Amino acid sequence: MLRLLEHIGRYTLLMQKVFSRPEKMRIYRERIMYEMEALGLNSIGLTAIISVFIGAAVTLQMAITLESPFIPQYLIGYATREVMILEFSSTVVALILAGKVGSNIASEIGTMRITEQIDALEIMGINSASYLIMPKIVATTFFFPFLAIFSMLIGIAGGYSIAAATGIMKTADYIEGLQYCFYTSEIAYALVKMVFFAFFVTSISAYCGYYAKGNSLEVGKASTQAVVISSIVIMICNLILTQLLRT
Amino acid sequence: MIKAQNIVKSFEGRTVLKDISVEFGTGQTNLIIGRSGSGKTVLLKSLVGLHEVDEGTIYYDDVCFSQLDFKARKQIRKDVGMIFQGGALLDASTVEQNVKLPLDLFTDQTEEEKMERVNYCLKRVNLENANKLYPSELSGGMIKRAAIARAIVMNPRYLFCDEPNSGLDPQTSIVIDNLIHDITKEYNITTIINTHDMNSVMEIGEKIVFIYEGEKWWEGSKDVILHADNKELNDFVFASAMAKRAKSVIR
Repeated sequence: MLRLLEHIGRYTLLMQKVFSRPEKMRIYRERIMYEMEALGLNSIGLTAIISVFIGAAVTLQMAITLESPFIPQYLIGYATREVMILEFSSTVVALILAGKVGSNIASEIGTMRITEQIDALEIMGINSASYLIMPKIVATTFFFPFLAIFSMLIGIAGGYSIAAATGIMKTADYIEGLQYCFYTSEIAYALVKMVFFAFFVTSISAYCGYYAKGNSLEVGKASTQAVVISSIVIMICNLILTQLLRT
Repeated sequence: MIKAQNIVKSFEGRTVLKDISVEFGTGQTNLIIGRSGSGKTVLLKSLVGLHEVDEGTIYYDDVCFSQLDFKARKQIRKDVGMIFQGGALLDASTVEQNVKLPLDLFTDQTEEEKMERVNYCLKRVNLENANKLYPSELSGGMIKRAAIARAIVMNPRYLFCDEPNSGLDPQTSIVIDNLIHDITKEYNITTIINTHDMNSVMEIGEKIVFIYEGEKWWEGSKDVILHADNKELNDFVFASAMAKRAKSVIR
Protein backbone atom coordinates (compact mmCIF):
# COMPACT_ATOMS: atom_id res chain seq x y z
CA MET A 1 0.00 0.00 0.00
CA LEU A 2 2.83 2.34 0.94
CA ARG A 3 4.57 1.57 -2.36
CA LEU A 4 1.38 2.27 -4.27
CA LEU A 5 1.10 5.68 -2.59
CA GLU A 6 4.77 6.33 -3.38
CA HIS A 7 4.16 5.54 -7.05
CA ILE A 8 1.05 7.76 -7.18
CA GLY A 9 3.00 10.60 -5.57
CA ARG A 10 5.92 10.22 -7.96
CA TYR A 11 3.55 9.96 -10.94
CA THR A 12 1.78 13.18 -9.87
CA LEU A 13 5.10 15.01 -9.51
CA LEU A 14 6.19 13.76 -12.93
CA MET A 15 2.94 15.00 -14.51
CA GLN A 16 3.50 18.38 -12.86
CA LYS A 17 6.93 18.49 -14.50
CA VAL A 18 5.50 17.29 -17.83
CA PHE A 19 2.90 20.06 -17.99
CA SER A 20 5.16 22.92 -16.88
CA ARG A 21 5.69 25.71 -19.38
CA PRO A 22 7.59 24.46 -22.46
CA GLU A 23 10.87 26.10 -23.43
CA LYS A 24 9.89 26.84 -27.05
CA MET A 25 6.42 26.06 -28.34
CA ARG A 26 7.56 25.71 -31.96
CA ILE A 27 9.86 22.81 -31.12
CA TYR A 28 7.07 21.13 -29.15
CA ARG A 29 4.64 21.51 -32.05
CA GLU A 30 7.10 19.74 -34.32
CA ARG A 31 7.51 16.96 -31.78
CA ILE A 32 3.73 16.58 -31.41
CA MET A 33 3.40 16.11 -35.17
CA TYR A 34 6.22 13.55 -35.13
CA GLU A 35 4.60 11.62 -32.27
CA MET A 36 1.20 11.68 -34.00
CA GLU A 37 2.79 9.85 -36.87
CA ALA A 38 4.82 7.48 -34.70
CA LEU A 39 2.13 6.61 -32.18
CA GLY A 40 -1.11 7.34 -34.03
CA LEU A 41 -0.78 6.88 -37.78
CA ASN A 42 1.38 3.80 -37.33
CA SER A 43 -1.38 2.17 -35.26
CA ILE A 44 -4.04 2.45 -37.98
CA GLY A 45 -3.14 -0.87 -39.59
CA LEU A 46 -3.35 -2.87 -36.36
CA THR A 47 -6.61 -1.15 -35.37
CA ALA A 48 -8.13 -1.88 -38.78
CA ILE A 49 -7.16 -5.58 -38.83
CA ILE A 50 -8.47 -6.26 -35.32
CA SER A 51 -11.65 -4.20 -35.78
CA VAL A 52 -12.69 -5.83 -39.05
CA PHE A 53 -12.28 -9.35 -37.65
CA ILE A 54 -14.00 -8.58 -34.34
CA GLY A 55 -16.88 -6.84 -36.16
CA ALA A 56 -17.29 -9.92 -38.36
CA ALA A 57 -16.99 -12.33 -35.43
CA VAL A 58 -19.54 -10.43 -33.33
CA THR A 59 -22.03 -10.48 -36.22
CA LEU A 60 -21.51 -14.23 -36.69
CA GLN A 61 -21.88 -14.93 -32.98
CA MET A 62 -25.03 -12.83 -32.74
CA ALA A 63 -26.53 -14.49 -35.80
CA ILE A 64 -25.89 -17.95 -34.35
CA THR A 65 -27.04 -17.06 -30.83
CA LEU A 66 -30.16 -15.12 -31.84
CA GLU A 67 -31.38 -17.66 -34.37
CA SER A 68 -35.06 -17.75 -33.47
CA PRO A 69 -38.27 -16.92 -35.36
CA PHE A 70 -39.31 -14.68 -32.43
CA ILE A 71 -36.24 -12.44 -32.59
CA PRO A 72 -36.10 -9.98 -35.50
CA GLN A 73 -32.86 -10.27 -37.51
CA TYR A 74 -32.15 -6.56 -37.48
CA LEU A 75 -31.19 -6.97 -33.80
CA ILE A 76 -27.97 -8.62 -35.00
CA GLY A 77 -26.91 -5.38 -36.70
CA TYR A 78 -28.08 -3.43 -33.66
CA ALA A 79 -26.04 -5.61 -31.27
CA THR A 80 -22.95 -5.41 -33.46
CA ARG A 81 -23.20 -1.64 -33.56
CA GLU A 82 -23.63 -1.37 -29.79
CA VAL A 83 -20.68 -3.66 -29.09
CA MET A 84 -18.44 -1.84 -31.53
CA ILE A 85 -19.35 1.68 -30.43
CA LEU A 86 -19.77 1.28 -26.68
CA GLU A 87 -16.95 -1.06 -25.72
CA PHE A 88 -14.79 -2.35 -28.55
CA SER A 89 -13.76 0.88 -30.30
CA SER A 90 -12.69 2.52 -27.04
CA THR A 91 -11.93 -0.03 -24.32
CA VAL A 92 -10.66 -3.00 -26.34
CA VAL A 93 -8.79 -0.83 -28.83
CA ALA A 94 -7.22 1.04 -25.88
CA LEU A 95 -6.10 -2.28 -24.39
CA ILE A 96 -4.56 -3.27 -27.71
CA LEU A 97 -2.85 0.12 -28.01
CA ALA A 98 -1.60 -0.23 -24.43
CA GLY A 99 0.27 -3.26 -25.70
CA LYS A 100 1.62 -1.62 -28.82
CA VAL A 101 2.05 2.05 -27.98
CA GLY A 102 2.51 1.62 -24.21
CA SER A 103 5.39 -0.83 -24.49
CA ASN A 104 6.91 1.29 -27.25
CA ILE A 105 6.87 4.43 -25.07
CA ALA A 106 8.18 2.68 -21.95
CA SER A 107 11.04 0.98 -23.78
CA GLU A 108 11.97 4.12 -25.72
CA ILE A 109 12.10 6.35 -22.64
CA GLY A 110 13.61 3.57 -20.51
CA THR A 111 16.43 3.10 -22.99
CA MET A 112 17.01 6.85 -23.03
CA ARG A 113 17.24 6.74 -19.24
CA ILE A 114 19.80 3.93 -19.01
CA THR A 115 21.93 5.29 -21.87
CA GLU A 116 22.08 8.70 -20.12
CA GLN A 117 20.21 10.52 -22.92
CA ILE A 118 17.80 11.92 -20.33
CA ASP A 119 20.73 13.06 -18.18
CA ALA A 120 22.20 14.75 -21.27
CA LEU A 121 18.94 16.69 -21.79
CA GLU A 122 18.89 17.74 -18.13
CA ILE A 123 22.52 18.92 -18.31
CA MET A 124 21.60 21.08 -21.31
CA GLY A 125 18.96 22.73 -19.11
CA ILE A 126 16.07 21.05 -20.92
CA ASN A 127 13.06 19.87 -18.93
CA SER A 128 13.42 16.26 -20.09
CA ALA A 129 10.01 15.16 -18.78
CA SER A 130 8.21 17.89 -20.65
CA TYR A 131 10.32 17.56 -23.80
CA LEU A 132 9.91 13.78 -24.08
CA ILE A 133 6.53 13.02 -22.55
CA MET A 134 4.25 15.99 -23.18
CA PRO A 135 4.25 15.69 -27.01
CA LYS A 136 3.39 11.99 -26.69
CA ILE A 137 0.44 12.68 -24.38
CA VAL A 138 -0.90 15.50 -26.56
CA ALA A 139 -0.47 13.41 -29.71
CA THR A 140 -2.27 10.34 -28.37
CA THR A 141 -5.13 12.17 -26.62
CA PHE A 142 -5.75 13.97 -29.91
CA PHE A 143 -5.27 11.02 -32.27
CA PHE A 144 -6.69 8.02 -30.39
CA PRO A 145 -10.31 9.26 -30.62
CA PHE A 146 -9.87 9.21 -34.42
CA LEU A 147 -8.67 5.64 -34.13
CA ALA A 148 -11.82 4.87 -32.13
CA ILE A 149 -14.05 6.33 -34.87
CA PHE A 150 -12.05 4.41 -37.46
CA SER A 151 -12.45 1.21 -35.44
CA MET A 152 -16.25 1.70 -35.20
CA LEU A 153 -16.57 2.14 -38.96
CA ILE A 154 -14.26 -0.74 -39.86
CA GLY A 155 -15.85 -3.08 -37.30
CA ILE A 156 -19.36 -2.38 -38.55
CA ALA A 157 -18.15 -2.82 -42.12
CA GLY A 158 -16.63 -6.15 -41.06
CA GLY A 159 -20.03 -7.25 -39.77
CA TYR A 160 -21.69 -6.20 -43.02
CA SER A 161 -19.09 -8.05 -45.10
CA ILE A 162 -19.53 -11.33 -43.21
CA ALA A 163 -23.32 -11.03 -43.49
CA ALA A 164 -23.02 -10.47 -47.23
CA ALA A 165 -20.38 -13.15 -47.74
CA THR A 166 -21.99 -15.96 -45.75
CA GLY A 167 -25.67 -15.08 -46.23
CA ILE A 168 -26.23 -15.75 -42.54
CA MET A 169 -28.62 -12.77 -42.54
CA LYS A 170 -30.01 -10.23 -44.97
CA THR A 171 -27.77 -7.20 -45.38
CA ALA A 172 -30.89 -4.99 -45.44
CA ASP A 173 -31.74 -6.27 -41.94
CA TYR A 174 -28.17 -5.57 -40.82
CA ILE A 175 -28.43 -1.97 -42.03
CA GLU A 176 -31.84 -1.55 -40.42
CA GLY A 177 -30.32 -2.77 -37.14
CA LEU A 178 -27.48 -0.27 -37.45
CA GLN A 179 -30.04 2.55 -37.66
CA TYR A 180 -32.27 1.21 -34.88
CA CYS A 181 -32.38 3.34 -31.68
CA PHE A 182 -29.22 5.21 -32.61
CA TYR A 183 -28.09 8.04 -30.33
CA THR A 184 -25.07 10.16 -31.22
CA SER A 185 -24.37 10.52 -27.50
CA GLU A 186 -23.07 6.92 -27.61
CA ILE A 187 -20.28 8.00 -29.93
CA ALA A 188 -19.49 10.98 -27.72
CA TYR A 189 -19.34 8.60 -24.73
CA ALA A 190 -16.88 6.33 -26.55
CA LEU A 191 -14.70 9.25 -27.59
CA VAL A 192 -14.59 10.73 -24.08
CA LYS A 193 -13.53 7.33 -22.77
CA MET A 194 -10.83 7.11 -25.42
CA VAL A 195 -9.39 10.50 -24.44
CA PHE A 196 -9.02 9.28 -20.84
CA PHE A 197 -7.57 5.94 -21.92
CA ALA A 198 -5.06 7.65 -24.24
CA PHE A 199 -3.90 9.90 -21.42
CA PHE A 200 -3.46 7.05 -18.96
CA VAL A 201 -1.78 4.65 -21.41
CA THR A 202 0.74 7.29 -22.49
CA SER A 203 1.46 8.86 -19.11
CA ILE A 204 1.72 5.55 -17.20
CA SER A 205 3.98 4.03 -19.85
CA ALA A 206 6.14 7.16 -19.86
CA TYR A 207 6.31 7.03 -16.05
CA CYS A 208 7.46 3.39 -16.11
CA GLY A 209 10.18 4.20 -18.67
CA TYR A 210 11.28 7.47 -17.07
CA TYR A 211 12.11 5.81 -13.76
CA ALA A 212 13.69 2.68 -15.25
CA LYS A 213 17.06 1.84 -13.72
CA GLY A 214 19.92 -0.48 -14.50
CA ASN A 215 20.16 -2.38 -17.77
CA SER A 216 18.17 -3.67 -20.74
CA LEU A 217 16.57 -6.30 -18.50
CA GLU A 218 15.06 -3.52 -16.38
CA VAL A 219 13.83 -1.72 -19.51
CA GLY A 220 12.07 -4.92 -20.51
CA LYS A 221 10.47 -5.12 -17.07
CA ALA A 222 9.43 -1.46 -17.26
CA SER A 223 7.83 -2.15 -20.64
CA THR A 224 5.86 -5.13 -19.29
CA GLN A 225 4.89 -3.17 -16.20
CA ALA A 226 3.63 -0.33 -18.40
CA VAL A 227 1.29 -2.65 -20.31
CA VAL A 228 0.00 -4.39 -17.17
CA ILE A 229 -0.64 -1.21 -15.17
CA SER A 230 -2.15 0.62 -18.18
CA SER A 231 -4.52 -2.30 -18.81
CA ILE A 232 -5.68 -2.40 -15.18
CA VAL A 233 -6.17 1.37 -15.11
CA ILE A 234 -8.15 1.20 -18.38
CA MET A 235 -10.53 -1.38 -16.88
CA ILE A 236 -11.04 0.61 -13.67
CA CYS A 237 -11.43 3.85 -15.60
CA ASN A 238 -13.93 2.17 -17.94
CA LEU A 239 -16.14 1.21 -15.02
CA ILE A 240 -16.00 4.66 -13.46
CA LEU A 241 -16.70 6.47 -16.75
CA THR A 242 -19.55 4.11 -17.64
CA GLN A 243 -21.12 4.78 -14.26
CA LEU A 244 -20.64 8.55 -14.64
CA LEU A 245 -21.61 8.97 -18.29
CA ARG A 246 -24.23 6.30 -18.91
CA THR A 247 -26.37 6.30 -15.77
CA MET B 1 36.71 27.64 -11.53
CA ILE B 2 34.71 24.91 -9.85
CA LYS B 3 35.16 24.28 -6.16
CA ALA B 4 33.77 21.47 -4.01
CA GLN B 5 33.91 21.76 -0.24
CA ASN B 6 33.45 18.84 2.13
CA ILE B 7 31.26 16.82 -0.21
CA VAL B 8 29.53 13.78 1.26
CA LYS B 9 27.27 11.50 -0.75
CA SER B 10 25.63 8.24 0.28
CA PHE B 11 23.42 5.69 -1.48
CA GLU B 12 21.16 3.54 0.68
CA GLY B 13 23.35 3.96 3.73
CA ARG B 14 26.63 3.37 1.88
CA THR B 15 28.90 6.42 1.85
CA VAL B 16 30.39 6.79 -1.62
CA LEU B 17 32.03 10.21 -1.29
CA LYS B 18 33.71 10.98 2.03
CA ASP B 19 34.35 14.64 2.79
CA ILE B 20 35.94 15.62 -0.52
CA SER B 21 37.26 19.14 -1.01
CA VAL B 22 38.85 20.06 -4.30
CA GLU B 23 39.25 23.02 -6.67
CA PHE B 24 39.36 22.81 -10.47
CA GLY B 25 40.94 25.73 -12.28
CA THR B 26 39.77 27.59 -15.38
CA GLY B 27 41.52 27.05 -18.70
CA GLN B 28 43.08 23.75 -17.69
CA THR B 29 42.20 20.08 -18.07
CA ASN B 30 41.41 18.69 -14.64
CA LEU B 31 41.39 14.92 -14.33
CA ILE B 32 39.66 12.79 -11.74
CA ILE B 33 41.25 9.35 -11.68
CA GLY B 34 40.68 6.24 -9.64
CA ARG B 35 39.78 2.56 -9.84
CA SER B 36 36.34 1.43 -10.97
CA GLY B 37 33.92 1.87 -8.08
CA SER B 38 36.11 4.42 -6.31
CA GLY B 39 33.41 7.10 -6.57
CA LYS B 40 34.79 9.27 -9.38
CA THR B 41 31.62 9.11 -11.52
CA VAL B 42 29.50 9.95 -8.46
CA LEU B 43 31.81 12.91 -7.80
CA LEU B 44 31.49 14.13 -11.40
CA LYS B 45 27.70 13.72 -11.39
CA SER B 46 27.49 15.49 -8.04
CA LEU B 47 29.55 18.39 -9.37
CA VAL B 48 27.25 18.73 -12.37
CA GLY B 49 24.09 18.40 -10.25
CA LEU B 50 22.83 15.03 -11.49
CA HIS B 51 23.24 13.75 -7.92
CA GLU B 52 22.29 15.93 -4.96
CA VAL B 53 25.04 15.94 -2.35
CA ASP B 54 24.12 15.04 1.25
CA GLU B 55 26.60 17.49 2.73
CA GLY B 56 28.98 20.13 1.46
CA THR B 57 28.85 22.88 -1.12
CA ILE B 58 29.75 23.25 -4.79
CA TYR B 59 30.74 26.58 -6.29
CA TYR B 60 30.75 27.53 -9.98
CA ASP B 61 33.05 30.55 -9.83
CA ASP B 62 31.34 32.71 -7.19
CA VAL B 63 27.92 31.05 -7.37
CA CYS B 64 27.00 28.41 -4.81
CA PHE B 65 25.53 25.89 -7.26
CA SER B 66 24.47 23.31 -4.67
CA GLN B 67 22.12 25.77 -2.99
CA LEU B 68 20.39 26.99 -6.15
CA ASP B 69 16.82 25.99 -6.99
CA PHE B 70 15.84 24.24 -10.25
CA LYS B 71 15.17 27.51 -12.10
CA ALA B 72 18.45 29.15 -11.13
CA ARG B 73 20.39 25.98 -11.98
CA LYS B 74 18.77 25.98 -15.40
CA GLN B 75 20.49 29.30 -16.15
CA ILE B 76 23.90 27.92 -15.15
CA ARG B 77 23.32 24.73 -17.13
CA LYS B 78 23.28 26.76 -20.32
CA ASP B 79 26.99 27.34 -19.57
CA VAL B 80 27.62 23.65 -19.00
CA GLY B 81 28.57 21.02 -21.56
CA MET B 82 28.90 17.36 -20.77
CA ILE B 83 30.28 14.39 -22.66
CA PHE B 84 28.91 11.11 -21.41
CA GLN B 85 30.65 7.75 -21.43
CA GLY B 86 28.45 6.38 -24.24
CA GLY B 87 27.99 9.75 -25.97
CA ALA B 88 24.29 9.96 -24.98
CA LEU B 89 23.27 11.31 -28.36
CA LEU B 90 19.51 11.21 -28.94
CA ASP B 91 18.92 8.04 -30.96
CA ALA B 92 15.95 9.41 -32.89
CA SER B 93 17.84 12.53 -34.06
CA THR B 94 20.59 13.01 -36.61
CA VAL B 95 24.00 14.37 -35.64
CA GLU B 96 22.94 17.80 -36.89
CA GLN B 97 19.68 17.74 -34.90
CA ASN B 98 21.55 16.60 -31.79
CA VAL B 99 24.05 19.44 -32.00
CA LYS B 100 21.38 22.01 -32.92
CA LEU B 101 18.96 21.10 -30.11
CA PRO B 102 20.32 23.50 -27.44
CA LEU B 103 20.35 26.32 -30.01
CA ASP B 104 16.73 25.56 -30.99
CA LEU B 105 15.55 25.66 -27.41
CA PHE B 106 17.59 28.42 -25.85
CA THR B 107 18.50 30.94 -28.53
CA ASP B 108 16.58 33.24 -30.84
CA GLN B 109 19.01 32.75 -33.70
CA THR B 110 17.77 32.37 -37.25
CA GLU B 111 17.97 28.96 -38.92
CA GLU B 112 20.98 30.15 -40.98
CA GLU B 113 22.85 31.33 -37.87
CA LYS B 114 22.13 28.07 -36.08
CA MET B 115 23.31 25.98 -39.03
CA GLU B 116 26.45 28.08 -39.31
CA ARG B 117 27.23 27.40 -35.66
CA VAL B 118 26.41 23.68 -35.97
CA ASN B 119 28.62 23.30 -39.02
CA TYR B 120 31.42 25.21 -37.31
CA CYS B 121 31.28 22.89 -34.27
CA LEU B 122 31.14 19.77 -36.44
CA LYS B 123 34.11 21.02 -38.44
CA ARG B 124 35.96 21.77 -35.20
CA VAL B 125 35.67 18.08 -34.24
CA ASN B 126 36.43 16.86 -37.80
CA LEU B 127 32.91 15.60 -38.44
CA GLU B 128 31.96 17.75 -41.43
CA ASN B 129 30.16 15.13 -43.47
CA ALA B 130 28.12 13.50 -40.74
CA ASN B 131 25.25 16.02 -40.46
CA LYS B 132 22.53 13.68 -41.67
CA LEU B 133 23.79 10.49 -40.03
CA TYR B 134 22.02 8.90 -37.07
CA PRO B 135 23.99 7.81 -33.96
CA SER B 136 23.49 4.15 -34.93
CA GLU B 137 25.42 4.86 -38.15
CA LEU B 138 28.47 6.30 -36.36
CA SER B 139 31.63 4.64 -35.05
CA GLY B 140 32.61 4.95 -31.37
CA GLY B 141 35.06 7.77 -32.09
CA MET B 142 32.53 9.65 -34.23
CA ILE B 143 29.91 9.40 -31.46
CA LYS B 144 32.37 10.92 -28.99
CA ARG B 145 33.22 13.70 -31.44
CA ALA B 146 29.55 14.44 -32.09
CA ALA B 147 29.00 14.55 -28.32
CA ILE B 148 31.87 17.04 -28.02
CA ALA B 149 30.32 19.18 -30.78
CA ARG B 150 26.99 19.19 -28.92
CA ALA B 151 28.75 20.02 -25.66
CA ILE B 152 30.52 23.08 -27.09
CA VAL B 153 27.75 24.42 -29.33
CA MET B 154 26.49 26.84 -26.66
CA ASN B 155 30.03 28.10 -25.87
CA PRO B 156 30.10 26.55 -22.39
CA ARG B 157 32.22 27.85 -19.53
CA TYR B 158 32.33 24.44 -17.86
CA LEU B 159 32.92 21.12 -19.59
CA PHE B 160 32.46 17.74 -17.89
CA CYS B 161 33.62 14.50 -19.52
CA ASP B 162 32.79 11.10 -18.11
CA GLU B 163 35.36 8.61 -19.39
CA PRO B 164 35.53 10.10 -22.89
CA ASN B 165 37.97 7.39 -24.03
CA SER B 166 36.14 4.31 -22.89
CA GLY B 167 35.74 1.77 -25.69
CA LEU B 168 38.10 3.60 -28.05
CA ASP B 169 41.38 2.40 -29.52
CA PRO B 170 44.58 4.12 -28.24
CA GLN B 171 45.00 6.31 -31.34
CA THR B 172 41.41 7.57 -31.33
CA SER B 173 41.70 8.12 -27.57
CA ILE B 174 44.63 10.46 -28.13
CA VAL B 175 42.66 12.35 -30.81
CA ILE B 176 39.75 12.82 -28.39
CA ASP B 177 42.08 13.82 -25.53
CA ASN B 178 43.85 16.40 -27.64
CA LEU B 179 40.55 17.74 -28.95
CA ILE B 180 39.22 18.27 -25.42
CA HIS B 181 42.51 19.81 -24.35
CA ASP B 182 42.63 22.19 -27.33
CA ILE B 183 39.01 23.26 -26.84
CA THR B 184 39.72 23.91 -23.14
CA LYS B 185 42.55 26.26 -24.06
CA GLU B 186 40.78 27.84 -27.01
CA TYR B 187 37.65 28.84 -25.05
CA ASN B 188 39.25 29.10 -21.59
CA ILE B 189 36.87 26.50 -20.17
CA THR B 190 36.94 24.77 -16.80
CA THR B 191 37.20 21.16 -17.93
CA ILE B 192 36.83 18.17 -15.62
CA ILE B 193 37.52 14.73 -17.05
CA ASN B 194 36.75 11.51 -15.32
CA THR B 195 39.11 8.76 -16.51
CA HIS B 196 41.14 5.71 -15.63
CA ASP B 197 43.12 5.85 -18.84
CA MET B 198 46.78 6.44 -17.96
CA ASN B 199 47.52 7.67 -21.48
CA SER B 200 45.09 10.54 -20.90
CA VAL B 201 46.72 11.27 -17.57
CA MET B 202 50.14 11.58 -19.14
CA GLU B 203 48.90 13.48 -22.20
CA ILE B 204 46.64 16.17 -20.77
CA GLY B 205 46.65 15.90 -16.96
CA GLU B 206 47.32 19.48 -15.91
CA LYS B 207 45.65 18.83 -12.60
CA ILE B 208 45.01 15.30 -11.38
CA VAL B 209 42.88 14.27 -8.43
CA PHE B 210 43.15 10.63 -7.33
CA ILE B 211 40.06 9.22 -5.62
CA TYR B 212 40.48 6.11 -3.50
CA GLU B 213 37.49 4.44 -1.82
CA GLY B 214 35.49 7.65 -1.87
CA GLU B 215 38.24 9.88 -0.49
CA LYS B 216 40.55 12.35 -2.16
CA TRP B 217 43.83 10.50 -1.78
CA TRP B 218 46.24 12.59 -3.79
CA GLU B 219 46.35 15.61 -6.11
CA GLY B 220 49.03 16.95 -8.39
CA SER B 221 49.94 17.13 -12.08
CA LYS B 222 51.26 14.78 -14.77
CA ASP B 223 54.75 16.08 -14.09
CA VAL B 224 54.82 14.82 -10.52
CA ILE B 225 52.54 11.77 -10.63
CA LEU B 226 55.30 9.38 -11.70
CA HIS B 227 57.44 10.42 -8.75
CA ALA B 228 54.73 10.38 -6.10
CA ASP B 229 55.35 8.06 -3.16
CA ASN B 230 51.72 7.37 -2.38
CA LYS B 231 51.27 3.57 -2.29
CA GLU B 232 47.64 3.42 -3.48
CA LEU B 233 48.35 5.92 -6.25
CA ASN B 234 51.41 3.96 -7.38
CA ASP B 235 49.43 0.71 -7.34
CA PHE B 236 46.91 2.37 -9.66
CA VAL B 237 49.33 4.21 -11.95
CA PHE B 238 51.79 1.34 -12.31
CA ALA B 239 49.25 -1.48 -12.47
CA SER B 240 50.26 -2.72 -15.93
CA ALA B 241 53.50 -4.59 -16.69
CA MET B 242 54.47 -1.89 -19.20
CA ALA B 243 54.00 0.86 -16.64
CA LYS B 244 56.08 -1.09 -14.13
CA ARG B 245 58.91 -1.37 -16.63
CA ALA B 246 58.63 2.33 -17.42
CA LYS B 247 58.80 3.10 -13.71
CA SER B 248 62.01 1.12 -13.30
CA VAL B 249 63.53 3.05 -16.20
CA ILE B 250 62.41 6.43 -14.79
CA ARG B 251 63.72 5.67 -11.32
